[in-house]
Amino acid sequence: MEKFGFSILKERHIDYDANDKSIAEYISEREPSFRICIECGCCTATCTTGNFTSFSLRELQILIKRGENDKVRDNIKKCMLCGKCTLVCPRGVNTRNVVTLAREAFENEIENAV
Amino acid sequence: MAGRCLFPKTLSTHDMEGKVVIIGGGAAGMEAAGQLARAGCNVTLLEKQSLTGGHVRNWYHLFPDKRDSMEVIEYLEKHIAHKNISVLTGTSVEDIRRKHGSIVVKASDGREFDADAVVLSTGFDLFKSERKEEYGYGIYDNVITSADLELMFRKGEIKRHDGAVPQKIGIVHCVGSRDEKAGNLYCSKLCCVAAVKQAMEIKGYIESARVFCFYMDMRMGGAHYEELYRESQEKFGINYIRGKVSEVSENINSKLVVKVEDTLAGRPLKMELDMLVLMAGMEMSEGGRIIAENADLKTGENRFFAPADHHFGSNKGNMKGVFYAGTCTAPMNITETISHARAAVADVIYYLKEGKS
Repeated sequence: MEKFGFSILKERHIDYDANDKSIAEYISEREPSFRICIECGCCTATCTTGNFTSFSLRELQILIKRGENDKVRDNIKKCMLCGKCTLVCPRGVNTRNVVTLAREAFENEIENAV
Repeated sequence: MAGRCLFPKTLSTHDMEGKVVIIGGGAAGMEAAGQLARAGCNVTLLEKQSLTGGHVRNWYHLFPDKRDSMEVIEYLEKHIAHKNISVLTGTSVEDIRRKHGSIVVKASDGREFDADAVVLSTGFDLFKSERKEEYGYGIYDNVITSADLELMFRKGEIKRHDGAVPQKIGIVHCVGSRDEKAGNLYCSKLCCVAAVKQAMEIKGYIESARVFCFYMDMRMGGAHYEELYRESQEKFGINYIRGKVSEVSENINSKLVVKVEDTLAGRPLKMELDMLVLMAGMEMSEGGRIIAENADLKTGENRFFAPADHHFGSNKGNMKGVFYAGTCTAPMNITETISHARAAVADVIYYLKEGKS
């Protein structure tokens, strides 16, 4: 009886209102160019880490902005800070600094956790 | 009588002269010249090249209706074949100055032209694609620009440098546009639709070819642009990949390798191509820049001439009696250029009638 195979699925929505945007705010305040990304993916195309792992800086940036922080927290550590993304970005986003600040924000989050 | 503006008659309250010097003999300058001449003005059209027609001469078929650009040239040439117009080719202008109510136009060969009003139609220059070094123009033989491709269309054959017919062709949007690294933050706005047109045209020459457009956004805001985009997918099977190409290299088989993120699939993508076309954007022309600098004409952040007012003064600048027509103020297609030139003519006529003093 107990093995019908049914379960309650979690909704797939990004729960924008409930999600925590404090990481995004932390980065935005310190590196305003974070706001002007147009998701062209040039950073990811040139990324050394992204060549071999599922790391995508474009994706991580949008996830931070949506507050999907759990998907970013560990992933952002993969970046090797080579800075090629900063060289190719047509918008002039200081992507390298975005990564550094994101890491910093996640560390603070842990420190501040009750 | 030649030399007097007879149109519009209702505005005519006192005697005035109508000597207009137009700087730049592309579509805008030619259209303005023709309209002013028909209104009775005495027009001198200065063109630095040996032929009038400007960039229109370099294109083959035009969007959105695939008209041969030579039809436009013929129309414009007929337009300026008027007794009130003298065309001086091989004349580049360096400076314009106001002097006792009139304007002196100084050519680089020392000649001076007096005018009651001046129309600047100095147009644009194509972005020099070699400046985006990572795309390999001028380094790899089979990386060409949209202008090079038009020449191939006109010649009637699309061939790689080694003579082979390319079967897999990539088109890179936004080369020198929307690019902080190239110093151009603005959108050149025509390259998207030009890419769609060229992609379809390639299929007309090489039926078996596969064509891939790499874009950041498809900006299909003009008349019939969206329909062309749809047609390119429906009838020609053109492929669109959303991502900005980060770099191009050449492999040992002399194929080009592009690196891009397929942002919609969320993965980096690598592709071998036989040929790559760079959609070069539009920049303020060097000729226009020199005049702007010498005559203290205001330019915008995009380096084009800054209009006095975005809504009501798009043909006026900061010097009295000097008017702008066409792409010297912003990227425009040919339709918009001609409309803008006609609007400049209306401003010139009103100025000669009423506003000169």
